[in-house]
Amino acid sequence: MSLQSRKAVGTGLTWVTGLAAALVIGMLGFILVDVILGGWSRLSLQFLTQAPSEGMTEGGIFPAIYGTAVLTLLMTVAVLPVGVLTAVYLHEYAPKGGRLATLVRVAVQNLAGVPSIVFGLFGVGFFIQFMGRGLDRAVADPGALRWGQPSLVWAALTLAVLTLPVVIVSTEEALRAVPRDWRDASLALGATRSQTLARVILPSAVPGILTGAILAVARGAGEVAPILFTGVAYFLPDLPGSLTSQFMHLGYHVYVLATQSPDVEATRPLLYATVLVLLVLTFLLNLVAIVLRIRTRRAASGGH
Amino acid sequence: MTSETAQTAPLRAKMEARRLEISYGPKVAVKEIDLALPEHQVTALIGPSGCGKSTFLRALNRMNDLIPGATFRGEVLLDGEDVVGGRLDVVELRRRVGMVFQKSNPFPKSIYENVAYGLKVAGQNDKALLLERVERSLQGAALWEEVKDRLHESAMGLSGGQQQRLCIARALAVEPEVLLMDEPASALDPIATAKIEDLIHELKARYTIAIVTHNMQQAARVSDRTAFFYMGELIETGPTEQIFTNPRETRTEDYVTGKFG
Repeated sequence: MSLQSRKAVGTGLTWVTGLAAALVIGMLGFILVDVILGGWSRLSLQFLTQAPSEGMTEGGIFPAIYGTAVLTLLMTVAVLPVGVLTAVYLHEYAPKGGRLATLVRVAVQNLAGVPSIVFGLFGVGFFIQFMGRGLDRAVADPGALRWGQPSLVWAALTLAVLTLPVVIVSTEEALRAVPRDWRDASLALGATRSQTLARVILPSAVPGILTGAILAVARGAGEVAPILFTGVAYFLPDLPGSLTSQFMHLGYHVYVLATQSPDVEATRPLLYATVLVLLVLTFLLNLVAIVLRIRTRRAASGGH
Repeated sequence: MTSETAQTAPLRAKMEARRLEISYGPKVAVKEIDLALPEHQVTALIGPSGCGKSTFLRALNRMNDLIPGATFRGEVLLDGEDVVGGRLDVVELRRRVGMVFQKSNPFPKSIYENVAYGLKVAGQNDKALLLERVERSLQGAALWEEVKDRLHESAMGLSGGQQQRLCIARALAVEPEVLLMDEPASALDPIATAKIEDLIHELKARYTIAIVTHNMQQAARVSDRTAFFYMGELIETGPTEQIFTNPRETRTEDYVTGKFG
């Protein structure tokens, strides 16, 4: 190849890759600008702190914000212990190449590929009907329906199952990234395996585990299909008071406003504003995650 | 068959391997080793790369247990007691037989926390006692003067030589009886290496030391006895001076004169 054509290829590649990157930023920019322009006017303190009224054309979306936050929190509390412990088992205790370990890994991979709506159906069948009704039969008055219906707890658990693969995979990667040297040094000093895990390996793996947690949270906060049948509702002026309550949710709210509104023109500003709030919430979540990860990474690698 | 030179005054064997054979799965890495580590002496294990000396060393504190598929036959004794089975459990064994690795591996914690680690996992929580032991160990590793004003700073900020001395201090803090050193100075510059060698000289008064080294001059400088390994077998063992000046086996002579390895 002559020098000229090599230079041309180089320039061409720079342009092509640059354009692809610009395209990505452009798409994000387009969405952001559109949403901000359409929803900015409707944003106000009232909007963020009041409940909806007048057939969804007035008032605010506070119950939806609250519902999204509580749901995401419950989901995180449910998924983190199970996910981290499973990853610890796979990495530390399972015999390498053993049947149980292989089985768990295959299960995790398949779980990750299941469509969200299927999780929703699973949530209804397993959590609400099987566990919920079973609980009702065991503890509540006969015929009463307390646990066996859509509610916060079952929606949170459904989302937890959905995000489990993310937590497991990123925790395992974080554990694998801890240098073997430290494990060997700890054991050679007379520490047991569990002490090594608790004092050396897990503390170093915290940044990676947190990353997994944030990825899970970010995914879970935006998912709508799994909560469709397991607990979300469109109009609940009162905040969810217990685990068995139903709840409002920003993502679901957007869906309903966009598709089932009786007065499209009147609700359009609300729709845009709700989307804006949802996006800001997601970005804030990710920002908190990034900051947390930076700070714990510094601490875990011994810096000061 | 191992070639052994008779000693004039019999020394007590602190640790002993009897007919030790170590395999990784089907592959035999170390064959039929009979070797004793005399108390309060430095025994050097020399030989070309891959001859099994590190594998043998790691068997002494059962670090090979961590390698999946590693098995062994024969016996390893500490003060006459079998280290496998018997009354000695592996955690207790590793407290009595400490190890310093080839590449220094301080934890991403403060200098103080590194040295105190072994004591803390053994259940020691008395702050005064910990501090005293930390100071004593750092002095024993000739590092105290350099770090006494920054005990709570991260260990990762130390130089390579300092980190290795920190690892030695960390191993000394649990007051072991035996110290196993796997090429402790191979990653260090000559000055740091000299410091480590001086340290070994001082330490042998209180500990029994086994050191794996591929540096024959270091073995000659530092050790009282030398064992020559080749292709997984123990070829010859004896007083260092004799091994280097008048070895009995041809292979030993070829190695120490630099004909191979």
